[in-house]
Amino acid sequence: MAIAERPAQRGTAPQPGAGSGSDGAPLEFHVFKGIPGEEQGEVTYRVPPVTGMVVLDAIHWIQKHVDTDLACRWNCKAAKCGSCSAEINGMPRLMCKTRIDDLPDGPITVRPMTAFPLIKDLVTDVSHAYEVNRRIPQFTPAADEPSPFVIQEMDLERIYEFRKCIECFLCQDVCHVLRSHDLQEQFYGPRFFVRVASLEMHPKDTVDRLEAVRTEGGLGYCNITKCCTEVCPEHIHITDNAIIPLKERVADRHWDPLRAVSRLLLGKR
Amino acid sequence: MTVRGAEVAGSGKGASAGDAGVTTGVLARLRRDAPWWLLPVTVVVVLGGFIVYSIWASTTGVGEARNAPYLSPLYSPGWLANHIPVFPGLLCILVPIAFRGTCYYYRKAYHRSFLWDPPGCAVPELRHGGYRGETAFPLSLNNLHRFALYGAVVYIPILAFDAANAFSLGGHLYLGLGTAIMVLNVVLLAGYTLSCHSLRHLVGGSVDCFSCVRFGRQRYGAWRGVTRLNVFHPTWAWVSLFSVWAVDAYVRMLNAGWFTDPHLLFR
Repeated sequence: MAIAERPAQRGTAPQPGAGSGSDGAPLEFHVFKGIPGEEQGEVTYRVPPVTGMVVLDAIHWIQKHVDTDLACRWNCKAAKCGSCSAEINGMPRLMCKTRIDDLPDGPITVRPMTAFPLIKDLVTDVSHAYEVNRRIPQFTPAADEPSPFVIQEMDLERIYEFRKCIECFLCQDVCHVLRSHDLQEQFYGPRFFVRVASLEMHPKDTVDRLEAVRTEGGLGYCNITKCCTEVCPEHIHITDNAIIPLKERVADRHWDPLRAVSRLLLGKR
Repeated sequence: MTVRGAEVAGSGKGASAGDAGVTTGVLARLRRDAPWWLLPVTVVVVLGGFIVYSIWASTTGVGEARNAPYLSPLYSPGWLANHIPVFPGLLCILVPIAFRGTCYYYRKAYHRSFLWDPPGCAVPELRHGGYRGETAFPLSLNNLHRFALYGAVVYIPILAFDAANAFSLGGHLYLGLGTAIMVLNVVLLAGYTLSCHSLRHLVGGSVDCFSCVRFGRQRYGAWRGVTRLNVFHPTWAWVSLFSVWAVDAYVRMLNAGWFTDPHLLFR
């Protein structure tokens, strides 16, 4: 690959061993490089360790001193913008939140998210996620709802958690329905179940999204393996607090004859 | 090859512009950070072991599962077990099997461990294509979890009755090690049942506006209470499984004469 022929420019770089790595030795990174339709592969870089270093620091060091054209999306470096999602040692994580000293000894692999189309190196095209987002009806209060809203604390408690989402799409990346079975067209994915749940549980919202989330959203494809919850950097309980409550609401409507009789007799939805 | 600090470690097939993800080999994408296989293997051994044990135990007959004043939960309710001529234990455990089989926690456990769908987070699956999840039979039956819950709730007072009977032998107060294990079993099973996701939904999770409905404050309180228990639902699931196992095994060991029940009898 042409990229491997470039000389490393290490004139101003911190020297290997200057930091407090376990033995001061350079860290070995295997970073994916390539663009669609051309040769792709992992390139090995040796990066000097620095105390408190995160993976994004190493990527920046590589960009500055070795490979200036290594593509990587990032913005805040504070685990709040959700831009630097990647797969570190095979596990979806934010590069800015993954400390080197939390990783096991040995080479560190950095690859782009698998569930999204590759653009270049570590950058993927997440536009499909925004298209899914546009399909979900937005918050719609009653036309005669007085403004500003007066809402009890207990009515909003559940949806505070959902508002922590930074849209890093790690949950979409790790979800096996999207990642392994490529059901992008039939399945919203965890991030958007969180969004639907936050709207469905809102005390002032009036739109019914349950039928859409069951049919075009493919809620039934989720088999509760909870990987989305495991990778969420905001520690949102995606499965327990968003997906399972949605599944239970769908069960109310489609799998519960007692509720059906109740609806018939009482005329409630 | 190594060229001044950077070297190509491997290469893969090129992806066309429309392809999803990177198309290098499976090995290149395999997780390298943790023994992800440890959890599925443990679940297969422990849960599989319990399944085999409970099937065996439920076919041995009620005589093996009773040692006054104790009764194995696998043969509870006792009056039902006494009136069924063939494999009464299998009928007695139908509801608990349905409750655990459709449980939201156990779905994770068996999908990862037995069905490998997926075996671990970000671990490639063996099967590609034809995935239907819970949209098709038989996994769609998991949507009936709440009905298994109704049955499981009935079991709690039945097992509590069995535990209360374990305090009495020949009309005298009896305090044995088995009594303590049976009481603990009821507590753990109650914790598992009352921490259920479906119960959490039924008591208040289905309400969008607690302040707008009748008994909203009470339903909010109930929802919060179940939510507190629900956080530990996997723990309840495992410890209650072990406690059922422990009571049954304890009764069988007493019947086998391995030891006598340490007890106090108040005449």
